[in-house]
Amino acid sequence: MHDRHVILLVLVLFLVLITTPIWYARAAGTTARGPEPKLPELEKACVMPVEYMRTSHMDLLMTWRDQVVRQNLRTWTSPGGKAYTISLTGTCLRCHASKADFCDRCHTYAGVTPYCWDCHVDPAPLHRSRP
Amino acid sequence: MSISRRSFLGAAGLSALALAGKAALNARAQEPKPEPASADSGTRWALVIDPRKCLEAGDCTKCLDACHRAHNVPAINDRAHEVKWIWKERFEDAFPSLQTDYPPDALHDKPVMVLCNHCDNPPCVRVCPTQATWKRHDGIVMMDWHRCIGCRYCVAACPYGSRSFNWSDPRPSIARVNPEFPTRTKGVVEKCTLCEERLAKGERPACVEACPAKALVFGNLVDPDSEVRLLLRSRFTIRRKAELGTRPAIYYIV
Repeated sequence: MHDRHVILLVLVLFLVLITTPIWYARAAGTTARGPEPKLPELEKACVMPVEYMRTSHMDLLMTWRDQVVRQNLRTWTSPGGKAYTISLTGTCLRCHASKADFCDRCHTYAGVTPYCWDCHVDPAPLHRSRP
Repeated sequence: MSISRRSFLGAAGLSALALAGKAALNARAQEPKPEPASADSGTRWALVIDPRKCLEAGDCTKCLDACHRAHNVPAINDRAHEVKWIWKERFEDAFPSLQTDYPPDALHDKPVMVLCNHCDNPPCVRVCPTQATWKRHDGIVMMDWHRCIGCRYCVAACPYGSRSFNWSDPRPSIARVNPEFPTRTKGVVEKCTLCEERLAKGERPACVEACPAKALVFGNLVDPDSEVRLLLRSRFTIRRKAELGTRPAIYYIV
């Protein structure tokens, strides 16, 4: 058994490699728990049920976008009969006041980078920078 | 019945020619026709600009400032990269086909407000490959910045230079961002939309609202009693490069 130390070294290397995801997650500060978007305190109900919004909010946003830009229809009535003004910054972000605490938390977790904010303006940092 | 090789080939050739001719005719018949002057919708937005009134106000830039603030138009000094919605153009440059060697002193070499003409027959709409720009029923030549792929065909097609391309991210060049309106992003063409977002709320365009001299008058061309129609009836007006057949909706009192 002259190669005992070689075997041990390879074994340690193997263990380190196989547990890399754990170390990586530790270093990046992520947890195994899901994303925790901060929900609005005042408003309890979104424009659609939570289950729908969780899976399909992007479809609703696309519908809204096409209605406003291409058909000039600026009001949307939810299945519950409530009318909303179609506006990402005006309606969505009025309740979900912080993009960083709501949108970004899930998007970062899921590793998606929607390009909404390349053009649409997150008003929160503007308000904060104002005296 | 027998058929000779010669007559068979002849008949086949003629048939092919007939089929090709029919296909070509069909294609011509389906070519989109320019939309008429939106009389069906009952609304046709237009502007009547009085450059003399504007000049009386001196170096006023209130309409420019109001538009740029409202729509997050970046201030880029480089002429190759600048973004224009509404701007001042030398009278002779705004109306190059006026064909007079003796323009009136009041306008000669003087700046005139110019913007997108919201043509009835817009060349930019004709060339857009993605329908990112189209003509609305109220006459506005609208843009969908989500859909623009930045091919710049419209920039080349517009005879008025009313369209600007974002060669770089415009945000650093916007002094104070208005969160109510999106900015644009790199690789997108932009232009005046006649404040369609304000019209939807029943407000007049920002430039019209801001003008202290009332040099810009906004209204509905379909309504015979509208302010613009009254002006067009009582004053002589011209349009920019009307000979191109674009049928602009921005009129100038001269």
